[in-house]
Amino acid sequence: MQGRKGYPIFQPYYDLIRLFKKEMVISNVTSYIFRVTPYIVLASTVIAILLVPIVTVKGIILYFGDIIAIVYVLALGRFFMALAGLDAGTAFGGEGSSREMTVATLVEPMMILCLFTAAVSSGSTNVSQIIISKSQIFTPSKLLALASFIIVTIAETGRIPVDNPDTHLELTMIHEGMILEYSGKYLALMEYAHYIKQMLLYTLIVDLFFPLGIAQTDRVSDILIALCIYLLKVFLVGFIMALIESSRAKIRFFQLPTLPGSGFVLAFVALITYLILGR
Amino acid sequence: MDISEPTSLFIIALIVSFLIPELAYIASSIGSLLFLFLGLKFLLISNNSIGTYIAINEYLQLTFGIDFISAFFLIVISMLSITVSIYSIGYTSHLKNKRAFAFLYSLFVFSIYGVILSTNVFTFLVFWEAMSIISYFLVTFENNLESMRAGLIYAIMTHVGTAFIIASFLLFSYWAGSMEFSTFKVMSYKIPNIVRDLIFIFALVGFGFKAGIMPFHYWLPIAHPTAPSNISALMSGVMIKTGVYGIVKVCYELLGSGSAWWGILILSMGAVSAILAIMQAVMEKDIKRLLAYSSIENIGIIFLGLGGSMLFSNFNMKDLSSLSLIACFYHILNHSIFKGLLFMSAGSVLHSTSTKNMEKLGGLIKTMPKTALFFLIGSISICALPPFNGFVSEWILYQSLISGFYAPSNFVKIMTPLFASSLALTGAIAGTAFVKSFGISFLGNPRSENAKMAHEAPFTMTIPMCLLAVLCFLFGIFPNIIITIIVLPVFDITGTFVNSFSKGPFIIISGSMSTLLITLSFVLIILIVLVLIKMFFSKTGIVFKESRDCGILALNSRMQYTATAFTKPLKIIFRFFHHYFRAL
Repeated sequence: MQGRKGYPIFQPYYDLIRLFKKEMVISNVTSYIFRVTPYIVLASTVIAILLVPIVTVKGIILYFGDIIAIVYVLALGRFFMALAGLDAGTAFGGEGSSREMTVATLVEPMMILCLFTAAVSSGSTNVSQIIISKSQIFTPSKLLALASFIIVTIAETGRIPVDNPDTHLELTMIHEGMILEYSGKYLALMEYAHYIKQMLLYTLIVDLFFPLGIAQTDRVSDILIALCIYLLKVFLVGFIMALIESSRAKIRFFQLPTLPGSGFVLAFVALITYLILGR
Repeated sequence: MDISEPTSLFIIALIVSFLIPELAYIASSIGSLLFLFLGLKFLLISNNSIGTYIAINEYLQLTFGIDFISAFFLIVISMLSITVSIYSIGYTSHLKNKRAFAFLYSLFVFSIYGVILSTNVFTFLVFWEAMSIISYFLVTFENNLESMRAGLIYAIMTHVGTAFIIASFLLFSYWAGSMEFSTFKVMSYKIPNIVRDLIFIFALVGFGFKAGIMPFHYWLPIAHPTAPSNISALMSGVMIKTGVYGIVKVCYELLGSGSAWWGILILSMGAVSAILAIMQAVMEKDIKRLLAYSSIENIGIIFLGLGGSMLFSNFNMKDLSSLSLIACFYHILNHSIFKGLLFMSAGSVLHSTSTKNMEKLGGLIKTMPKTALFFLIGSISICALPPFNGFVSEWILYQSLISGFYAPSNFVKIMTPLFASSLALTGAIAGTAFVKSFGISFLGNPRSENAKMAHEAPFTMTIPMCLLAVLCFLFGIFPNIIITIIVLPVFDITGTFVNSFSKGPFIIISGSMSTLLITLSFVLIILIVLVLIKMFFSKTGIVFKESRDCGILALNSRMQYTATAFTKPLKIIFRFFHHYFRAL
């Protein structure tokens, strides 16, 4: 897409395995917060994705929490990640945490408002219930909410134009700054959690806005078909995200508020549209 | 058992305070424990109203009694004062005037109970004034210029509030023809609407001063940080709740449901206070001022629940109205616990380092590990992160605000999602504020000599904090037990008994949620990850080195991120609000 030849598609996993095998260097300023954070971050992300139906809407674990719980479980991971950034007592970590929390502050109200639009139109806040309720898909309010949710996804996954995951330059990094002190196993856990989070947000887009094709039963054949459709849909979402990423440059940090700001307005307009049109 | 046993314990506390101050704290702790039993017994076992009175003359009587609402507030207050009383033994040990302090302390705690238990206007005002005046002496106890100034501002503002309360009560008793709260309730429907509105406004302003809701909050961030930390814990955890109690009692229970704008006014005050207060909190570098501002924020969240409930009851949406009030009461309970915990941990930091300026702290997690852990638990709870208690009450509040979308009024339909997203904004900024306060003061390198020489607090201070921390966790993972208690006072106010949404470990409203199961799966996942790592990658070693210093080789504590720098981006982004504060 950028006219370059990319690395193999499984390269991130090779990197993870390589990281798992490496020796860890831990700063002796750090406390136990630094050591428990990778596990908490990974576990909270895994819990969040367990609450989202991927191929089937059946399963008791989907009812352990709803969209609000997902937002707050992710916030728990972020809380610890930001603390870990401060734990080593370096300027980079602190800067990363500070910026991450700032971005989160801007994104969270918009995310809640987006999810509410989906929730009120189906009468439930559980993602699986939202899918089961079979509300109309391409309604004006849903489209507006989708546009807003794409901004949420970009910000939450730390992609261009909000954050650049490939850089280690202090002026530009947010997420990478926070986890700069991590190495080896812990870094692998953090990175893996980050990959899962990206998948989680893509799945949420797919579930809330294009729920067609998810199995309503728990038969194996249905699930297999649903899996194929799911992979196709997520691939498409990924393609769109890549398109956005390739066509934009990273924006200055203090120009950032305009992005979630417009997202918030979009989400609010989506809600009013639903109110007026009823769909 | 009735009111007399705990009261006699407080009288013992007052007497012994001049001989052995430690014993006074123990006596007030036991007295509070008895009040806790009294409240629980009233709610769960026998609902016979226990009344008692002391006649001064024909017209003036001090009357006391328990009803559902006061029983609930009794539980909230006693839970915190049991622990704070024990904490005070250790915290006040270095004070010069500890006998006088113990006396004032016991009297203060007792006067709060008096406010909650009184059943007529006269008794209420006597204890209300006692509470205000004694807390003035406690705020100015350290007797320096700062505390005198804080005390003066506090005394003036709290008395302006009292004036409004008296005005509201005078109007009410004139129309009801009596000074008894019970007659108020019966007669309130006869009062003409314009007078009801006046009573409502006066009571809201008057009690709003005590609750510290914006725009009547000015005294709170000045008085709370200057008071000794055990008093700050009581003031933030309990005393400002008496303001909320007054509003619930007068504006909601006694007046009955009024116009729709009452609810909208309270909702808007709540949302504005929550957002503006937490924005102020996040800029603070004084750890106790940060907590004081966050108290205003939490009162705002409590007001969101209360206003929602009044609004929905006006639209005759009975279940939803009860649900909102459950969220409000749950948050009252939660806030008193985690704010008490946070103020106590901040107090032990102050006790050990003699500074509350975050720029001079740092690295305390190594020297004060227990306090650090308790502060961390308090922070997680107050940021409403699962599975701790703050999450549950905010979750219920979100649910009730979403359902507000089905109210039969377009204005309400547009406003409730906005209130919900203001709650989300508040939660996110609170996260930043507490990452900052915990991260800067407890993590990294010490930023001053005092912080380097810090020592852990004595066990009389750590045990009460530990108790509250455990409560934060238990109230988070067993919400259904708490809700079965809360539905009773809620039923008393709204007249609908909602208990249908708690099923097993789940709470089911328009979505389902179970903090217990989330916690269990959380632990399970961590165990699986640990086992997998142990199985496949056990050979890798760990090396301890200095933090990455980019080759400077002399990384020192002055190169760390500071509290001010941490929130500079937010300050720049929300500079509009900040200019507004500077103008104030």
